Amino acid sequence: MVLTSFRLPGEFGGLVPIHILSEDANENPGLTIETYQFFFSDFIYFEIFIKSFAVATLTTIICIVMAYPLASLIARSHKKFRHLMIMLVVLPFASNFLIRIYAWMIILGPESTLSHMINSILSFFGIAPVTLLFSPFAVLIGMIYVHLPFMILPLYTNLEQHDPILLDAAQDLGASSWQRFWYVTWPQSLPGIFSGSALVFIPVLGMFAIPDILGGTSDIMIGNLIKDQFLSTRDWPFGSTLSIMLTLMVLVIVGLLSWLARPGTRTI
Amino acid sequence: MTLLEVRNVTKRFGSFTAVDDVNITIKTGEFFTLLGPSGCGKTTLLRMIAGFDAPDNGQILLDNKDIIDLPPEKRPFHTVFQSYALFSHMTVADNIGFPLKMSGKTSREIKIRVAETLSEVELSSFSHRYPHELSGGQKQRVAFARGLINQPRLLLLDEPLGALDEKLRENMQRELISLQAKANVTFIYVTHAQNEALALSHRIAVMNQGKIEQIDEPSRIYNFPINRFVADFIGKINMLDAQVIEASGYHLKLKVTGLGEVMAPVREHVKIGDQGILAIRPEQVRIDPLGSEVAAKFQLVGKIKDFLYIGDVTTYLIELPNSIRIEALQPNSFPGHAKLFEIGDPVVVSWQEHSAQFLPD
Repeated sequence: MVLTSFRLPGEFGGLVPIHILSEDANENPGLTIETYQFFFSDFIYFEIFIKSFAVATLTTIICIVMAYPLASLIARSHKKFRHLMIMLVVLPFASNFLIRIYAWMIILGPESTLSHMINSILSFFGIAPVTLLFSPFAVLIGMIYVHLPFMILPLYTNLEQHDPILLDAAQDLGASSWQRFWYVTWPQSLPGIFSGSALVFIPVLGMFAIPDILGGTSDIMIGNLIKDQFLSTRDWPFGSTLSIMLTLMVLVIVGLLSWLARPGTRTI
Repeated sequence: MTLLEVRNVTKRFGSFTAVDDVNITIKTGEFFTLLGPSGCGKTTLLRMIAGFDAPDNGQILLDNKDIIDLPPEKRPFHTVFQSYALFSHMTVADNIGFPLKMSGKTSREIKIRVAETLSEVELSSFSHRYPHELSGGQKQRVAFARGLINQPRLLLLDEPLGALDEKLRENMQRELISLQAKANVTFIYVTHAQNEALALSHRIAVMNQGKIEQIDEPSRIYNFPINRFVADFIGKINMLDAQVIEASGYHLKLKVTGLGEVMAPVREHVKIGDQGILAIRPEQVRIDPLGSEVAAKFQLVGKIKDFLYIGDVTTYLIELPNSIRIEALQPNSFPGHAKLFEIGDPVVVSWQEHSAQFLPD
């Protein structure tokens, strides 16, 4: 992949074969940084990267907010029900990913009950009707829907290991319920939050199917861009360049997260 | 002065009565111990005082005001848990400062008070360590410091020395006594270890099956147990089945199964015909070689059956007539002698009349 990103695209896609290089080295420099120059020359690619990061960040945050109450509910409930609840969380995986996304197409479609409901509420307030499908909103919904279990599971695993006596101790020492959460539960759950965030953030960043199906024409993300380079434009070197830029950024993010999650960083 | 009063408190879990109509009055500055076997309700009682459980019946009064409706965080009590319950994600300093932070003290004040407390418990150099980097005794001291720093009216201690080894425990017991005296805080201490209770407490409440059997000073609990359970639970004691055949003035005449008539000091509410036990501590039983001059009025001839040499003392098991067995404790304070008697030696067993007592069933 690294090598490919420094080569030139062939006339009919793919790569310029290596053996040509030796015959006419001047015209075909073989390894170039042309694709990287191209990446940085046009702001649109950078913009797509930024947008993808925004979508991934937003998805991660919403997943944390949605997963936390559910994960702590499961962790606190009786052992007998925990397995059932975990099974229900994982149940959507039993059906195909694409089918579930297409299902959202129907749910968010202009003729769906949800659309009618939302638009009738909006018209009550005198706001023009909206289309839910093929919008950034639909992409976000799809992203959250697909990745929520990846936040719930690590968070649950973390919360389940909390010693309830620590909450008793905090309460005994004068902590209100909000203080107990903020000073005891939350800092202890950070490792779960971080691993859940990695499991949500990284796949969302590279996701192409959901923006393809639920997003509009302007809602493409890095994933779509890369996919197009390989399958439609057939510019493999540029596709590779994009992939490498993505990998580098993911590495930076993961490094940052694991640095934040290192033990003993938090003090009150 | 009365600090806390537990009045007719009952707690049931389903059909099981964990705490059964308990009454306790705790004085300011007292080191009060709840002592009993596991499952006797002592921890449940402590949790009710702390506010984690609500009693089904009865009242808990602080300064004569009922505090049943106050949640734990609003009660001016702190607890030292058996597992220490230190916050593993906080440093020693942050753990100790936690109660101050929760009560809204400024970070400057917290810093000063934490530094003071750390030096008091000799942990100043550990302030930036995390709990998992501490030894058991150090964790223990952090837990005490955290419980005491915000000057609670009452410190509740739930078997805090249970996880320490024997040697360390003895040191911590001493430390605990001086800590309590210095901090001038009332302690309620829960334990199942009777020697710990005797060593530490001003007063002890012996609990069994949810009920209080006896509340008294350690020496009185030990020397004058009120019934069979207390006598048996606290220390070692010889128990011989007996029946009252005569009660006059200061004496009881008892018919002890297998041994015949034995005198014992009189006690209240005992009448002729009562069944019970004659109880006598092993260290009150004197043994002498057969043929030696023994002053005590009551004496029996027996034979050494077995002994247990512990170092400072030896416990002899003596067989009396009719296969009645009795234990006698002898200090090994004779230089050069490992023990005074061998198995099979005939001995004279005797005790002072007032050192035995009759406990009715």
